[in-house]
This record gives sequence, C-alpha cells and structure tokens, in this order.
Amino acid sequence: MAIEVEFLKSIPYFSGLSLTELDAIKQFVFEKTAERGELILLEGESAGVFFFVASGAVKVFKTSAEGKEQILNIVRPGESFNEVPIFDDGTNPSSAQAMGPVVLYGVRKDSLQSILRDYPQIALNIIKVLAEQVRQLVSLVEDLSFRHVIGRVAKILLEYTGDETALRPRLTQQEMAAMAGTAREVVGRSLKALEEEGVLRFDRHRIVITDKKALQKMVEASL
Amino acid sequence: MVVMPVVDQEKCNGCELCINVCPCRALVLVKNVITVIETKDCGWCIQCEVICPSGAITCPYEIVIEETH
Repeated sequence: MAIEVEFLKSIPYFSGLSLTELDAIKQFVFEKTAERGELILLEGESAGVFFFVASGAVKVFKTSAEGKEQILNIVRPGESFNEVPIFDDGTNPSSAQAMGPVVLYGVRKDSLQSILRDYPQIALNIIKVLAEQVRQLVSLVEDLSFRHVIGRVAKILLEYTGDETALRPRLTQQEMAAMAGTAREVVGRSLKALEEEGVLRFDRHRIVITDKKALQKMVEASL
Repeated sequence: MVVMPVVDQEKCNGCELCINVCPCRALVLVKNVITVIETKDCGWCIQCEVICPSGAITCPYEIVIEETH
C-alpha cells in the first residue's frame, strides 16, 4: 500500500509543509503492518527507527524483571513513538506492541536527518511533539509517585457495593479514577493488587469482594 | 442476556479503533456508529473503553460481596 500524503499532512510532525514537499518526504517513509499482539519494538534493542501510527493502536510499555508491565502510553493514529533513540543514539527505551491490526509509517534515523536537512522548519514541530510526550510522562510519574490510591479504591468499592435490596450502581475504572483523584491506569493496578492479595476477584463485569474485613482494614490504614 | 460494554452512540465518532482492539469481535460499525453484538466470548478486557478517544464506550463493573455461609 502506498504512503498517503494526506495522512502525512495531518500529523503534527509535518505541519506547515506543502503537498509537494510532503510528496518528496514520502520517499523516506516506509510502511509496516503488524497483527494483534505482535511486538513491534523491543526495549533495549537498537532499532534506529521511529513510527507514526496510521491506523490501529500501539501499546508502549516497560517490563520489570518479574514480568510486571507498566504501560507508558497508548499511541493512536497520527501519533508517534520511539523517537528517543533517533536523537540520542541509544537503544529503544521501551517496547511496543500492536493492540490490534495496525498500519505504521516508519522513518529511519538517517532518513529523518535527510528530511531535517531539506526541511529544517519541521524541527520546531518535532520539539513540540517531544514536549507533549515529556508532559504526558511527567503526569504519569506524578500519579505513580505521589498517589497511594489503594485505600481510596478500597473505600469506593465498599461504598458502591450493592446488596440484595438496594440497586447496585455500576462503575467503570475511569469513574473510580475520577473519584479517587487519579488515573485509570492507577486504579487498574490497585484492583489487580487487591486481586493478588485475595481481597477480591474479577468475574467478568463483576468485582466480587471476597474479604470485606481486609478491605475495611485497608480503608482505615489509609486515613 | 449477556452483559456487554455500553456504547453512547451520540459520542461515537465511528473511528473503529474499538473494532480494531476487540479480541472477540463483539463490535461492528453500523451507519457510522459502533454497535455491540452480544457474545459470551467477551471477557471484559475493557480495551474498547481504554482505546475510545471520545469516551463513547464504557465497561462498568457491578461490585458485589461474595456470599459466605
């Protein structure tokens, strides 16, 4: 499939360039497809390439030695990932995996250097994109560092537990996050931790509290 | 009846990202909005909710206490 100039025009990297200029840039861009679950990049390897997502979505994540996964970002169409090694000559800082069938537009390091040499005006666009990525990561660090939400999540679970007589309100992870004053990812991780501790279990669309007393203790400890 | 993710068709922009990530193919595009097909294969992975850029899909949980006898 040919690289679409219209798509290139729509992404922040190439904002301000004419169709003729984008047509010239097209030669430096290659297409890559990946199926659901396919690893696109591996943390620590030297790929020397970064990607724009043309369609589908890509999960960017780190994995701990114990195999625990921390999602850093979900990259949607028009957005890019893995620029860092292009600019610092290092290895891929994180892994990337297709969340479904994806079409990617890749740019190799030497190609980007050629593009920047011919069209230096896009340097400001790139700085802006990188600044947005830094801002997003700073926000994630804030959530992970300062917000000990497990007690607050436990409190929400107890407050929203239905009984036989009362109508059971249903909550999304996003709603719980809004209540706890944190990000959905942090709520997801708290629920997972509570599951690992045997306090609750997931039964599809149900969160089944298996140890109410333990949950109450967590609420008290967080006060 | 199988409980399924909820789609707010007013908010749905028809981007199809949820179709792309749904592992059980429970989502289809009908007249430019997402429609849910009931299936027991849906494991409540909430990927559709996470990926939706317009907040049109929600996967709410019912919170219950396990009966102990």
